[in-house]
Amino acid sequence: MTDLESFRQETRAWLEENCPESMRSPFRSDKDPCWGGRKFTFQSEDQRLWLQRMAEKGWTAPDWPAEYGGGGLNKDEHKILLEEMARIKARPPLNSFGIWMIGPALLKFGSEALKQQHLPPIVRGEIRWCQGYSEPGAGSDLAGLQTKAEDKGDHFIVNGQKIWTSYADKADWMFALVRTNPDVKKQEGISLVLFDMETPGVSTRPIKLISGESPFCETFLDNVKVDKDQVVGEVDKGWTIAKYLLTHERSMIGNMGSTAAGQKTLAQQAVHAVGLENGKLADSFLRAEVADWTIDSIAYELTAERVRDEAKAGQGVGNTSAMLKYAGTELNKRRYELLVALYGSEGLLWEGDDRPAGALPQQWLRTKGNSIEGGTTEVQLNIIAKNILGLG
Amino acid sequence: MQKLVLTEEQQMLKDAAHGLFTEQGPVSQLRKLRDEKDPQGYATEFWNQAVELGLAGVLIPESHGGSGFGHVGMGQVMEQGGRTLTASPLFASGVLGASALMLAGNDSQKETLKEVAAGTHLMALAIDESGRHQPSRVATKAEASGSGFVLTGNKTFVVDGHIANTLVVSARTSGAEGDEQGITLFLVDPKAEGVSVERTIFPDGRNYAKVALQNVTIGSDAVLGEQDKGFATLQKLLDIGSAHLAAELLGLASEACDRAVAYMKERKQFGVYISSFQALQHRAAHLWGELELVKSLVLKALMALDADDERASLLASAAKAKASQVAELATNEGVQLHGGMGMTDEFDIGLYMKRARPVQLLLGDARYHADRVARLNGF
Repeated sequence: MTDLESFRQETRAWLEENCPESMRSPFRSDKDPCWGGRKFTFQSEDQRLWLQRMAEKGWTAPDWPAEYGGGGLNKDEHKILLEEMARIKARPPLNSFGIWMIGPALLKFGSEALKQQHLPPIVRGEIRWCQGYSEPGAGSDLAGLQTKAEDKGDHFIVNGQKIWTSYADKADWMFALVRTNPDVKKQEGISLVLFDMETPGVSTRPIKLISGESPFCETFLDNVKVDKDQVVGEVDKGWTIAKYLLTHERSMIGNMGSTAAGQKTLAQQAVHAVGLENGKLADSFLRAEVADWTIDSIAYELTAERVRDEAKAGQGVGNTSAMLKYAGTELNKRRYELLVALYGSEGLLWEGDDRPAGALPQQWLRTKGNSIEGGTTEVQLNIIAKNILGLG
Repeated sequence: MQKLVLTEEQQMLKDAAHGLFTEQGPVSQLRKLRDEKDPQGYATEFWNQAVELGLAGVLIPESHGGSGFGHVGMGQVMEQGGRTLTASPLFASGVLGASALMLAGNDSQKETLKEVAAGTHLMALAIDESGRHQPSRVATKAEASGSGFVLTGNKTFVVDGHIANTLVVSARTSGAEGDEQGITLFLVDPKAEGVSVERTIFPDGRNYAKVALQNVTIGSDAVLGEQDKGFATLQKLLDIGSAHLAAELLGLASEACDRAVAYMKERKQFGVYISSFQALQHRAAHLWGELELVKSLVLKALMALDADDERASLLASAAKAKASQVAELATNEGVQLHGGMGMTDEFDIGLYMKRARPVQLLLGDARYHADRVARLNGF
């Protein structure tokens, strides 16, 4: 037996033993995922146990080095773990901007001390992070950000306002872009800093969205003291890291176009809601649209796979995350428009526990933000036009 | 799982094909054939060189005189040929003809494969009977007579029909028009008595023919595969054809995009290059993104054919549907972004539009294949 085969068998056995029964089903609502952090209330003892057991193995961050608490798995082992989790429909033990965003940035750009300080608590789900990027005056023009960090010797004093901070009111720490030098080209005076949300001068206010929900906040920074050892990379050189993280974020948001394992496909939901006549979806126009969507969805997933394979083989054109973000988010928006259409008025029921399509109206409205957050569709098209096609 | 990248050998074949098509089969060659109303419809020198490079036998195993490089390899050739609009019997003979013989031929029928690989025996597939592709709609009759059959009926849109040495013809041995059961494939010599082949002219200047069969007598050895059960073979053959046409569409649409982008960088209006206009940049960027999606579908469909994957039909149809849509977009945008120049015969971009439409229709357009994707997905 090869090493990988035995790894698969061990993993399968361990998951069978350790994944609680109630953690073996897809998320039913936005309230199901575990986000961890100081303020998080576990939904169940099983949820807490599942996080704890996975974190002990480092499998909340399977491909991070073991010295920082990660699983230390190589690409093949990581893939096997995901496959084995999918096999028993195991839920991800932890949703985390720490694992998805600041962690990878620290691994790539952070000092040893920062890695030691921040990575292990992320793996254990003890500290929940939020991202302080956008400002009221800096959306698509992110590099135009104005939040100011004044040099006070061993620390900075930060003043300004961030907006669209996901879950700032629930987060423990923030990674934020701040202006450390106002006198140079705008991209060259930005630093990436880390601070505790309980630092005096930090306050948050949730923003109510068209969905009625408030996943985003405004964050106010009023004379916030940030120690200089909490700068990631060099002072004034934060834009490089910011771009790296934006690329990362783009792929994540683009991924919303994918149909998760265990999730019903759009076609299955259409058959369920509209029914078949002579083996065909009863509404012929809807059928054509669902077929078109299905083809684009297959194309999108294969393209994401191809881009990954090309990157591993050292091929490809780069900048493809802009294309995947654009394609994935437009695809997701189309999916939700079609879902609303196929459930008809039942799909628009705004309230009630027994709605046939659940929280579909809220989810549908949420998708409208996909092509705005993490760089608008128009910004992605700019990136493709300039960086790939050389148009300017 | 197989990686979605070309192997070194496939990349080499792609490069070799690119070199051959751009040097020996450029767009100017198609123009010349068109302007001179060349009766053969392809350049003999080009075909000889393609054959010498082994391109006619990419899908044919070594035991039958080919190189056995498989569908991914052949798809690279088709894609490159799409970029230069090169006219040749590669698709009709090297893809459809060779595949038909390999899928259903008996040992003696497979003997022909050597000549197909050598480019000396050309084949063509005669299945459509009406304007829109519908392979079960077969009215052409094959009536048993003595030890063989008598064929009567009409076929249309037969690629390279007028230059073929053998026609693969679908005919009805039982059942009614529209039934999948009862269709049989026959190998027909176009020189046989009662067969008439007439070349028809299309916007792309390439070769299509109408084939009329009037009481054509053939022996039982002309049956390709099983009697009455030809549709199953045909389905596999059409999956193969669709994937390769999608590869050609990818090539021609990519070239149309490249040419439009290049033109934007040389055309000035209002004192600036039109490439500086965001309205145009976004259209080009959108098109480029769509082509990336097509590229993945085409590659996966070709790989699925090589692997005899159960999803091959779904992927081939998805690839043909999407490639057809995007080729339509790319050629429309290509002409529009060229402005008035795009409407002139002098510029090549119009030739790409005129090639795209027949290829979009061949073996089923985007709507046909989207419908098939729906059926294969149970809706």
